[in-house]
Amino acid sequence: MTQTSGTTPPETPTVEPSVAGLATMGTPPGGETAPRRGRVWRRLRRNPLGVVGALILAISIATALLAPLLAPYSPAAVHFDAPFQPPGTVGFGLGTDDLGRDLLSRILFGLRASLEVGVLAVVVALAVGVPLGLAAGYFRALDAVISRFTDLMLAFPFLILAVGLAAIRGASLGNAALAIGISQIPGMIRVVRSETLRLKELDFVAASVVDGAGDLSVLARHILPNALSAVIVQATVAIPVAILGEAVLSFLGLGIQPPDPSLGTMLAEAQQYAARAPWTAIVPGLAIVVVTLGFNLFGDALRDALDPRGSRR
Amino acid sequence: MSTSSAALPGTPSGDPTPESAPALELEDLVMHFGPVRAVDGVSLRVERGRVMALVGESGSGKSTVGRCVVRLLEPTSGTVRLAGTDVTALSRRRLRPHRRDVSIVFQDPASSLDPRLTVGDIVGEPLRLLRLGHSRRERANRVAEALENVGLRRQVAERYPHEMSGGQRQRVSIARALVSSPTLLVADEPTSALDVSVQASVLNLLADLQRDMGFACLFITHDLSAVEYLADDVAVMYLGQLVEQGPRERIFGDPKMPYTQALLSAAPLANPREQRARQRVLLRGDIPSPIDPPPGCRFNTRCPVAVERCVTEVPALRLIAGRQVACHLVHDDGTGPDVRLVETSTSSETLPR
Repeated sequence: MTQTSGTTPPETPTVEPSVAGLATMGTPPGGETAPRRGRVWRRLRRNPLGVVGALILAISIATALLAPLLAPYSPAAVHFDAPFQPPGTVGFGLGTDDLGRDLLSRILFGLRASLEVGVLAVVVALAVGVPLGLAAGYFRALDAVISRFTDLMLAFPFLILAVGLAAIRGASLGNAALAIGISQIPGMIRVVRSETLRLKELDFVAASVVDGAGDLSVLARHILPNALSAVIVQATVAIPVAILGEAVLSFLGLGIQPPDPSLGTMLAEAQQYAARAPWTAIVPGLAIVVVTLGFNLFGDALRDALDPRGSRR
Repeated sequence: MSTSSAALPGTPSGDPTPESAPALELEDLVMHFGPVRAVDGVSLRVERGRVMALVGESGSGKSTVGRCVVRLLEPTSGTVRLAGTDVTALSRRRLRPHRRDVSIVFQDPASSLDPRLTVGDIVGEPLRLLRLGHSRRERANRVAEALENVGLRRQVAERYPHEMSGGQRQRVSIARALVSSPTLLVADEPTSALDVSVQASVLNLLADLQRDMGFACLFITHDLSAVEYLADDVAVMYLGQLVEQGPRERIFGDPKMPYTQALLSAAPLANPREQRARQRVLLRGDIPSPIDPPPGCRFNTRCPVAVERCVTEVPALRLIAGRQVACHLVHDDGTGPDVRLVETSTSSETLPR
């Protein structure tokens, strides 16, 4: 696959590490032939909204990775002489917060933490949710067990889970992402399960079974590829939810630790000063909106490109 | 091909001469879904190279029979023999060599073709699954050949199902079913989801292919004009049981069972004058629930000529006048009531047109 070329300078390849998480999850184990992947890529490029989404993600990821080089200050550098500087102030392009920390620098580093959490959480949700969802939908005998397990997880409060995980494994960004990912598993299971239930009744599955296709072959070749649209939608919705979930956990001290920024914690901290210095909330808020938009546009385009019936060619 | 079944050990009940065995033999097939008695004791035999039409209204269990034949459903009891081999009890692994003996074409080409696969992959799938054709190239050639056999250009292998019309998709479906050269094709209402204008061409295609390739066909349908055109034999189902079965000319020319008579009188005639002059038998009510089928003859609730005995005693299939028929009112010499002539006032009426 192509994501191994992660360190080359132009900005298009830098998109791929982020995409690879979604794309490899989705590609059926049976594998598709090369020309078809070319077709998907071509259709992706011809979708203007998808290109915009990919560009947003590319720029976000590039700036997040290059934050140490791009940021004018350390994200923790305090300037007691310049608190609450509005955006546009000389030296502080996006303004400063209550401690006089440069918002631009904090946004760049915060983006990095937030993207990490978002992608990591969704990878966890996909890795566990997709196989379990397929199994629950396809094998009647497993459905009861997996679905009760799903209900149990849904009934289990997210914060308790996160606190428990932090108690066992320590409070860190990675553990926050894990907790968020776990909390997103039931949703993923349900989406995949319902798609599987619908698809397995269709005649093309029956036709394969008549020819002696095994369960795994049917799942990999017919059911997963057709369920992919729903999985992608679910995944692109889950990423911004994870970014905001991280803010909740960090606010409680369970995620990223104080001097280090993330978009969610910046937004959470800014609420105290929202009246006096609204930009402290608006700047990270806008960053979240833009990143979310990028994921959604790109996810939609990916879904359309993977579907041969898509109207855009 | 002939060695595959001979090499398989442990099939003592199998016919010793598989080459001459009928393509399909059903013996007292029963399929219950919980309390629903969808199929209740169907025995049927399709000789090699013959087309057997299985007709009946919706809910009669005809599609369930088809699904049991291709082993999509595990019958509650009874046996299914494909080309002489009893496949009812075979495990998944042991069934594999016999999978290629039978294929199925479904009703709705919109759902029987995977939208994510190209036509070439769809048609080639049986070859891949049944391990026929040794190389990718050989499989591609057989796919191209199969597509041309159904009147499509080989280039459509590159296309996706959604890029094709309903009739073309059904042709793809037929190509997929026949690419493995099965001895039996189960066609489950292959034309009823198509526009009337393309139904005829698909039927013609099936007839041509059947003549050229010589496969046997279980043709499940409620389209009686298609039956008349395509079938050698006809089996009529009502509420999970066969009520009349025999050569097409006998059944169409001189139906004995009142249900068959009513069914045939519902099929439109090509000649409008005959159509107008003809009396149509209107059956009362709907097909009864297969959860609680009527006692005696299952047709007695709707039969215009039913008598006391029909409610108390189950009629057996008897060989009368060259066909099997299950009706108390048909005498051994072949005489019996004809509901199209008998009475018009009480339970059947002529349509206004």
